[in-house]
Amino acid sequence: MSDNGSGAPIVRARGLRKEYGSGAGLVRAVDDVDLEAAPGEALAIMGPSGCGKSTLLHLLGGLDRPSGGELWLAGRRIDRLSERGLAEFRRHDVGVVFQAFHLMDELTAQENVELPALLAGRSPRQARRRARELLDQVGLADRASHLPPALSGGQRQRVAIARALANEPQIVLADEPTGNLDSAATLDVLRLLEGLHTAGLTLIVVTHDERIAATANRMISMRDGAFVDEMRLTGGTRGNLAGFTGLGG
Amino acid sequence: MLALLAKEPSSGSRLRARLNDALGPLGEDVNDGQIYVTLSRLERAGFIARRGAGAPEAGRKVYELTPAGQERAAGWLSEVSWPKLDLAEFHLKLVAAAQARLADPIGIVDAQRRELLRRLWDVERAAMAEPDGSQAGLLLEGIVLRLQADLRWLEACERTWMDRRKR
Repeated sequence: MSDNGSGAPIVRARGLRKEYGSGAGLVRAVDDVDLEAAPGEALAIMGPSGCGKSTLLHLLGGLDRPSGGELWLAGRRIDRLSERGLAEFRRHDVGVVFQAFHLMDELTAQENVELPALLAGRSPRQARRRARELLDQVGLADRASHLPPALSGGQRQRVAIARALANEPQIVLADEPTGNLDSAATLDVLRLLEGLHTAGLTLIVVTHDERIAATANRMISMRDGAFVDEMRLTGGTRGNLAGFTGLGG
Repeated sequence: MLALLAKEPSSGSRLRARLNDALGPLGEDVNDGQIYVTLSRLERAGFIARRGAGAPEAGRKVYELTPAGQERAAGWLSEVSWPKLDLAEFHLKLVAAAQARLADPIGIVDAQRRELLRRLWDVERAAMAEPDGSQAGLLLEGIVLRLQADLRWLEACERTWMDRRKR
């Protein structure tokens, strides 16, 4: 396990808020959230739909700006960055994986993965090489020239994960990454995420699905925009696996 | 049964009615004979005792918990390590805990959820470690899906008991 509790947190939020509307129609989607994640930690934020977890993830990924509070990622305070600084941050420091993949259907798998590297100013040759490596890593080297509509849901999500890694981010954020996938494809994606965690990346996954959450080291429960519970996840029931199937006594 | 008795001393027929309340149509699957056999077993084991004469429901056997029975009921409420979640038993646990104010149903749900999450953590890791197309992978997937279903139901339990607590 690469969870090194020592050192400064790579993600730190203090009193983070996101509000929509005003007056009687005010919605506190994220309501005074404090969060810290250590480098290399795998963290799951769990809650029902509408609890604010996706909004929180958007804030963490610099895809949306908080209404209040402070937010540091990878040693940088990002709630105060300019639009340009924020775009820069999104390109280099985080990779985001969405439930609906958000791939460009007109581009091949390879081109989708190259795109972030090109946008970050890498040479086409570098981008191509990196994309090939990544597609190989997610087991899709032989699908590089396919357009997303010709791929299965699980394959598309693997392409999306490869794309999220294009600029070697330290932090990967995922929003219901297996929400549209069947059981076998879910396992593939979970394996990939576990591989990233093992390689030392910091992983934050928001989900309503315990199955996804159960692969993390730490699980935070969110309700109505706030954190209500936290638990460190460990196993230790391994000796009883047979019992769960009815095989054991 | 013990935990239902913890709320108040009851006769066999009263327990039957409370079991029916808690279990609905499933309660009909428990016959009267089972209830009386269980009561006499519990009595022999020293977990319950007949209340003395002069009880209001004269002529009927009214049972109450002994201290050993109280301990046993409390132990049952905090137990999480059954191999498979028995839905009816768990449901009765919540009902009994709330009625007898022995424990907070939300706390019981939470403890059970933590236990199932620990199992899911182990099973997921075992599943991820299986090579593609392994036979065992399919079995592990079955365990994962069951645990997932149980966890979803626990979520429903939490919601319902949370609402009841607010009222």
